[in-house]
Amino acid sequence: MVMKVHGSVLSTAAMRVLIALNEKGLEFEFVPVDMRAGEHKKEHFLALNPFGQVPAFEDGDLKLFESRAITQYIAHVYEDKGTPLVCEGKPMATVVVWMEVEAHQFDPVASKLQWELVFKPMFGMATDAAVVEENEAKLAKVLDIYEARLSQSKYLGCDCFTLADLHHLPALTNLMASPVKKLFDARPKVSAWVADIMARPALAKVLAMRNQQ
Amino acid sequence: MAAPVKVYGPPLSTAVSRVLACLLEKDVEFQLVPVNMANGEHKKPEYLKIQPFGQVPAFQDESIAIFESRAICRYICEKHADKGNKNLYSTNPLVKASIEQWLEAEGQTYNPPSSALVFQLAFAPRMNIKQDEESIKLNDQKLSKVLDIYDQRLESSRFLAGDEFTLADLSHLPNTHYLVTVGNRGEAFSSRKNVDRWWNEISSRDSWKKVVEMQKSK
Repeated sequence: MVMKVHGSVLSTAAMRVLIALNEKGLEFEFVPVDMRAGEHKKEHFLALNPFGQVPAFEDGDLKLFESRAITQYIAHVYEDKGTPLVCEGKPMATVVVWMEVEAHQFDPVASKLQWELVFKPMFGMATDAAVVEENEAKLAKVLDIYEARLSQSKYLGCDCFTLADLHHLPALTNLMASPVKKLFDARPKVSAWVADIMARPALAKVLAMRNQQ
Repeated sequence: MAAPVKVYGPPLSTAVSRVLACLLEKDVEFQLVPVNMANGEHKKPEYLKIQPFGQVPAFQDESIAIFESRAICRYICEKHADKGNKNLYSTNPLVKASIEQWLEAEGQTYNPPSSALVFQLAFAPRMNIKQDEESIKLNDQKLSKVLDIYDQRLESSRFLAGDEFTLADLSHLPNTHYLVTVGNRGEAFSSRKNVDRWWNEISSRDSWKKVVEMQKSK
């Protein structure tokens, strides 16, 4: 039975899982969830994710939610397929640190900026300039720390591309197409890292999927 | 014999206490290194070397230095898989997947409203910061919705990830402790049958009782 991802191509969390599956070259079925119609709050979806959020994931009898738990499952269970996504031969500890950094330092700020600059306009709502300014300042501080880290390490977790980098891709896709791009461009190591990871074919496949829907 | 691991930060910090609970569950010897946050020690260059975001905890074990409490907990569990509580972070991939799912739920869904409330209710008064009533109201509502989902889950499961106490449950201890004590939010937990059962069970663990003692003495 093929793996299933339930979600929306616009969802950054769903994208996180789709990118990981593509990095691994795994077959899967994408099951669209009509969020505009509130499908994610209905019984049949809540059975997959009681929090009523996308994505939800199925692999045989296993059901999972939380994109970062799903990607970790994929990376470990299918470790011999496609891109390693973990640090080969080196302790995972530092990769896990930077996965947590993405989740707790980068994502909250990045999400607020995406909401204001990408999603609100999409829904015909007005951007709050004060919120943008406040969060750009916060993001700048986070990116200064990324710049220092990337001066010591080719990728965030270690010298190879791992989940720690991958988890940033959905947000980067949105932010690099917005005025926030300037914050990334202003920092050479960060800028090079962004360009490198955004050039990966697995991401291109997901964006192609998005453009088709 | 290996030197004790070092944990930097005060036990009163929710993130530090998360790590302490894990170390105690795993019977891993540790040394608590004080960080004088009132004097801004955590923002000084020496400390930023081990935690570039200027937050507690930081952690050192022989040659490795890491940060982010949930990363530290996972590291401790993986390195010492055979010590102490072996079920805390199972090596079985399917069991681990469920633990990761609920650990992420804690970090992404439980933590934001609960830590906002902990700050407003427990720390702001101590720091002479005016409480933000709007924030309290909003986060009380968010927390309520999350606890409804937890209550539903815990109807059919003894602990969040399954039949055993795991890192997923442990991760909830720090914020919840403050909420039900100084935060006066006990009713949110006691009014939900399964959440009440679960909270009583996890907060009665020896490891957590020891952490609470450590918080009282520092």
